[in-house]
Amino acid sequence: MTEAILFMLGLGAACGSVLSIASKIFYVYEDPRIGEIEGLLAGANCGGCGFAGCSAAADAVVNGMAQPNLCVAADEETAVSVAAVMGLNAGSSEAVISRNSCTGGNRASDKFIYSGVLSCNAMSNFYGGKRNCTIGCLGLGDCVKVCTFNAIEIGHDGYPVVDESLCVGCKACEKVCPKSIITVKTMSERLFDFNRNDDPLAPCVQTCPAQINIPQYIKQIRNRDFEGAVNTIRERNPLLLACGRVCPHPCEDICRRGLEDEAVSINQLKRFVADYEMNSGKHLPVTCAPSTGKKVAVIGGGPAGLSCAFFLKRVGHDVTIFDMTPKLGGMIRYGIPEYRLPKEVLEWEIEGILNLGIEHHANVKLGTDFTISSLVASGYDAVFLGIGAWKDYALKIEGEDLKGCFTGINFLSNFSLFQQGDSDKEIKIGKKCAVIGGGNTAIDCVRTLIRLGVEEVYIVYRRTRNEMPANMVEIEAAEHEGIKFVFLAAPEKVLADEDGHIKGLEYLKMELGEPDASGRRRPVPIKGSETVIELDMLITAIGQGPDVSFKNNKSDIRLNQLATTRWDTIDSVDPETLQSNIPYIFTGGDAATGASLVVEAIGGGRRAARSIDLYLKGEKVTPPENSLFEKNIPESIFESVSGINPIERAKMPELPVDERIKSFVEADLVISEESALKESNRCLTCCVTCYNKDS
Amino acid sequence: MGDYIVLAISCIFVNNILLAQFLGNCPFLGTSKKMETATGMAMAVVFVLVLAGIITWLTNAFILKPFNLEYLRTISFILVIASLVQFVEMFLKKSMPALYAGLGIFLPLITTNCAVMGACLINIKEDYTFIETVISSFSYAVGFGLALILFAGVRERILLARVPKPLQDTSIGLITAGIIAMAFFAFKGMV
Ligand SMILES: Cc1cc2nc3c(=O)[nH]c(=O)nc-3n(C[C@H](O)[C@H](O)[C@H](O)COP(=O)(O)OP(=O)(O)OC[C@H]3O[C@@H](n4cnc5c(N)ncnc54)[C@H](O)[C@@H]3O)c2cc1C
Ligand code: SF4
Repeated sequence: MTEAILFMLGLGAACGSVLSIASKIFYVYEDPRIGEIEGLLAGANCGGCGFAGCSAAADAVVNGMAQPNLCVAADEETAVSVAAVMGLNAGSSEAVISRNSCTGGNRASDKFIYSGVLSCNAMSNFYGGKRNCTIGCLGLGDCVKVCTFNAIEIGHDGYPVVDESLCVGCKACEKVCPKSIITVKTMSERLFDFNRNDDPLAPCVQTCPAQINIPQYIKQIRNRDFEGAVNTIRERNPLLLACGRVCPHPCEDICRRGLEDEAVSINQLKRFVADYEMNSGKHLPVTCAPSTGKKVAVIGGGPAGLSCAFFLKRVGHDVTIFDMTPKLGGMIRYGIPEYRLPKEVLEWEIEGILNLGIEHHANVKLGTDFTISSLVASGYDAVFLGIGAWKDYALKIEGEDLKGCFTGINFLSNFSLFQQGDSDKEIKIGKKCAVIGGGNTAIDCVRTLIRLGVEEVYIVYRRTRNEMPANMVEIEAAEHEGIKFVFLAAPEKVLADEDGHIKGLEYLKMELGEPDASGRRRPVPIKGSETVIELDMLITAIGQGPDVSFKNNKSDIRLNQLATTRWDTIDSVDPETLQSNIPYIFTGGDAATGASLVVEAIGGGRRAARSIDLYLKGEKVTPPENSLFEKNIPESIFESVSGINPIERAKMPELPVDERIKSFVEADLVISEESALKESNRCLTCCVTCYNKDS
Repeated sequence: MGDYIVLAISCIFVNNILLAQFLGNCPFLGTSKKMETATGMAMAVVFVLVLAGIITWLTNAFILKPFNLEYLRTISFILVIASLVQFVEMFLKKSMPALYAGLGIFLPLITTNCAVMGACLINIKEDYTFIETVISSFSYAVGFGLALILFAGVRERILLARVPKPLQDTSIGLITAGIIAMAFFAFKGMV
């Protein structure tokens, strides 16, 4: 007995001292918050949170890879304490603060001399507004009078300024403001807020498919609040790194400065702050509401699916993404090549989204590996179909499937898989290649080919350069890189050599005829103008549509009834709700619109998330009230603006041509902080400032 | 040599620590939800079990046996293994951050793992020599990893299947584990 006690004491002492010495020798600095959080967690080491034990979970929380409410064994209180350690509000991060969308600036002169009661409501009722612009702030301070907490005052620029520490979110100001300038919204309300036709919206915000508050983030950049700018963008667009690189920025086409000067370089500013966050190495914290216990299956992890999942998770629904490819990202991973959007960047962005606690399953395909019925049976309450457009259209000419002929998406996605380490997907590249088509897919194919060392690369397009649907910058880059463009050419047949391998492409020359219904001049073939280009490889990239073959799966009775259009896109009852004819199935992105843009897919994902949220709450799924959908507020679109001094637009730095065509290194570079600040000063903060266009 | 191979096969398949001996079921269910976690855990177990096998064998041969203290085997093994894992964790964190990033988070889970403890006790009970101990510890760990990874693969699929409500999650996990265990019984007559 004594012997045993002595032995155990001795062994204990030995182990203890070895460990204590080791802890001195092998000391590594660790964020003290990790230990603090670990102490708060349940200590069950159960792995239920998806991390291997409590210390791993604590580490993840501190590194921003998980939310404070991750522990499945702990209660709400723990989440709150964990969040407190991190300096966050747990779950119920729904601080309601009154926000003012009008930021004054150069106020326009009065439209009428008004000497009645000094009240915004009276003014607005009489004249619809006193200033030149009928949507901006009137500045007579009804909100100030109504606020019982003295939280609002009219600042020296003549618009209301809210003292956030005094505001309690009672909404009195919102109710009294006749112009919806001042609004009180919770985070969830803001996330599912869509442009309204009576909002003071700048032309760019009206046009952006994701409806990002552009002037606000530009203003934040001007004030060097880069993190604020990231948060503003992320309220509408969780893929800011990707968009900052590949978006063809429709917002810039309508930019008011563009009327007299070059448009503000909105997208480069977005890329600048997005890169700023990435280079800082830490994902900015994103808050999520407490779990609602509802489960949503998101099928397809492209931009639409990721955006839908992101917004649903933020309002507290449990989301699982199912995708048929090994990694998430969809077309922006397997279509858009490395030199435009490096995989490393994409990886970081997607990691940030998944860290909110979104589950994901790779390599599973709807129709073969699972069905809608199986999802319903495993307890999913709603389904989002964001399957994109992955089926290449066929050209329907003779010889299209000879050896050496490929289709666009097939080529790009196989090449991308090969580049990402799947050696089965190697493609034999020729010496003289042509790509048929004029869209982004075609341009990405030619620019990939030239980087692979193909000697002569042609792009063959039916119409002219002006009609090419690809992004203008892409077309220009392809020209610089030495791609040969063959315009007004209608492919007739693919010629074969003795082995059944392609040896050339025969096409008819065309000329432009009368304009058709869409206003575009139709190309008509010139008789007898057959021409042949010698080739040993051909890629057809003339467009793509969704692959809805899963509808034929006999065992999935639920899906057989899904309505699709004649272009195979999924038909929604209303393009603003994106609900399909099966009430619990929603759609968005390329699957709903046909091949389109990343921002469009992101906007669609958020739109669908709003509808799913309504559906899950048991409310009627209707379009947002007074919504401004794919339209502009006519009076906000000017023909000209005066008093603008042209200032040069920030130039995008890029790798020199001879360097970039040798590799897949990113070709476009980010602008410097200095030019970002300079660029941000070019913005006119339209429609939040009363702008007097006559003065 | 042949004996060693037979020993390895018997430890991996016939006497699989998870599916035939039913040791280490908590991490089996806990870390098998995702393939990534399962692979990480498997690696960590291989690493720790070999070390633990060696150190417990040494403890037994040079401390417990000479002093006739074999009745303290279980309790002293607990202490030794726990300290070992803690030590390894600190060591890795400082000197091999890359390896720590891969295995580190699993180490605390293993501190209290009955598979590790069980394998060490079996080694002693079977009177293995030092070499045999190393081989059997390694093979038990490989068997553990094999079962865990197989199971993770199955579980990833189960998530997509139609499982009746009352059986979802852990219950279907246990049922599947049972079925896989029965499949492993086919190895019984092999060695
Ligand atoms: C070559 C190319 C270049 C482009 N360049 C640009 C550009 O510069 N700028 C721009 O704005 N846009 C560009 N686009 C368009 C943009 O990539 C798409 O509009 C956008 O990715 C659409 O997003 P999505 O989520 O709707 O679909 P996708 O990104 O296509 O994602 C769909 C996802 O669903 C998965 N999926 C499909 N079927 C199933 C199934 N049955 N089961 C499970 N999962 C399934 C797929 O694996 C994929 O991950 C380009 C497109 C291509 C092809
Ligand atoms: S000037 Fe600024 S606010 Fe106005 S349209 Fe251009 S970017 Fe938008």
